[in-house]
Amino acid sequence: MLKELLVILIASSLVNNVVLSQFLGLCPFLGVSKKTETATGMGVAVIFVITLASAVAGAIYQFILLPFDIAYLQTIVFILVIAALVQFVEMFLKKYIPGLYQSLGVYLPLITTNCAVLGVALTNVQKNYGILTGVVNGFATAVGFTISIIILAGIREKLTYNDIPESFRGMPIVLVTAGLMAIAFCGFSGLL
Amino acid sequence: MNSAKERLVNGIVKENPTFVLMLGMCPTLAVTTSAINGLGMGLTTMVVLALSNVFISLLRNIIPDKVRIPAFIVIIASFVTMVELLLQGFIPFLYDALGIYIPLIVVNCIILGRAEAYAYKNPVIPSLFDGIGMGLGFSAALTCIGAVRELLGAGEIFGVHIMPESFVPVSIFIMAPGAFFVLATLTAIQNKVKIAGERKGKDMSKIQSGCNSDCMNCSDSGCTHRLYDEKTGEGGNK
Repeated sequence: MLKELLVILIASSLVNNVVLSQFLGLCPFLGVSKKTETATGMGVAVIFVITLASAVAGAIYQFILLPFDIAYLQTIVFILVIAALVQFVEMFLKKYIPGLYQSLGVYLPLITTNCAVLGVALTNVQKNYGILTGVVNGFATAVGFTISIIILAGIREKLTYNDIPESFRGMPIVLVTAGLMAIAFCGFSGLL
Repeated sequence: MNSAKERLVNGIVKENPTFVLMLGMCPTLAVTTSAINGLGMGLTTMVVLALSNVFISLLRNIIPDKVRIPAFIVIIASFVTMVELLLQGFIPFLYDALGIYIPLIVVNCIILGRAEAYAYKNPVIPSLFDGIGMGLGFSAALTCIGAVRELLGAGEIFGVHIMPESFVPVSIFIMAPGAFFVLATLTAIQNKVKIAGERKGKDMSKIQSGCNSDCMNCSDSGCTHRLYDEKTGEGGNK
C-alpha cells in the first residue's frame, strides 16, 4: 500500500508532470510566473486547493454518485463543487486565518477555473483511485505544478537581461523555455 | 451585421480563437499530436459551443444577471456530458484518443467567453452561427497544428505517409515538448505580423499575444473581460 502511494507520488509529481506533459493549468503557469515570489504563492495555493478538492470530489463520488448510480453526472458535479469549494475556502480564510489569506487570497479566485483542479478530480475517477489514493495523487500533481512554475519563474527572471529577437519577446521565448523544461522532465520517465 | 455569413467569417478568420485571440490553449497543445485528433477535438468543441450558445441565447431573458456564470457553467457541463456519452457510444477511437480532455472542454475559455460576450446578448440564430464559426475556426487551427506536428514527428498527415523515405521523423514533435515549440513559433509569427502591422499604423489591438498578463483576468472569469471589453459596442444591440 505504502509502496503504491510512493509510486503515485513520484509518477504524478515528476514523470507525468501536470503542466509539462499533460498541459493542464497552463494559464497560471504562463501568466503568474514572472517572479519567483508570486510563483511560489501560486504554487502553495494550488497545492492547498487541489489536495482539498480531490478529497471532497473523491468523497462525493464514492458516497453520493456511486450509490445513486449517477456517476455520469461527474463533470457537472465536480465543476460546481470545485467552484463552490474555492469560494468557501476564500471566505473561511478571510474570516479565521487572515494572515494566510493575505498571502494566498489573490491567487484563490484564479484557481477556480484552472483545468488542473478538474483534471485531477477526473483522473482520480478514471483510474479508480480511492479517496486516500486520490488525495495523494492530487497532492503530488500540485507539487509537480509548484516545482515547474518555480523553476520557470527562476529562468524568466534571468531572461529579462538577455537580448532576445524582437518577435520572440514575451510569450514565445517563455514557451521555448517551457519546451526545454519539458525535455528535461522527460528524463524522469526512467525513474519508474 | 448579425448575418449568418458574417458570424462564420468572423469566427474562422477575423477573431480566430486560437490564432488571433489565443484562447483555449490547454486542449490546443495536448491533443494536437496528429491532424485527426486535432480535427476531432475541434469538432467536438464546435458541437458543444453551438449547442450551449443556442441554449444560453434562448434563456438569456430568464437567467438573472448575478448568477449567469454558474448558470452558463451548468449548461455547458451538461452538453459536454452528453457529447462525451455520444462519443463513447459511437466514435470510441476518438473517445480513447482524447480521453480526459473531453470533460475538460467545460473549462475551455472559448465556450464561456462566447456565452458571455455574444450568446447572452444576441438572438438565437446569430448565436448558433457564432458558435459554429468559432468552432470551425478552432477546428481549423487545431487541425493545422496537428498536421504540422504529425508531418514533422511522424512524416504523415491524417495517417497518410507524405515525407520521402529518407526523412527521419523528429519524434520530439509528437511528444509534449514539441507542442511548446510549435506554439512558440506560432506566437512568434503572430508577434511579427503584429509588429509589422503596427509599424504601418494599422490597429492591431485585437491580436492577443499569448496569455501574458491577461490570464489573470482569464482564469477568474473565463476570459470574459477580454472579450467583453472589446465587444460591448457591438454586442449591446439586442
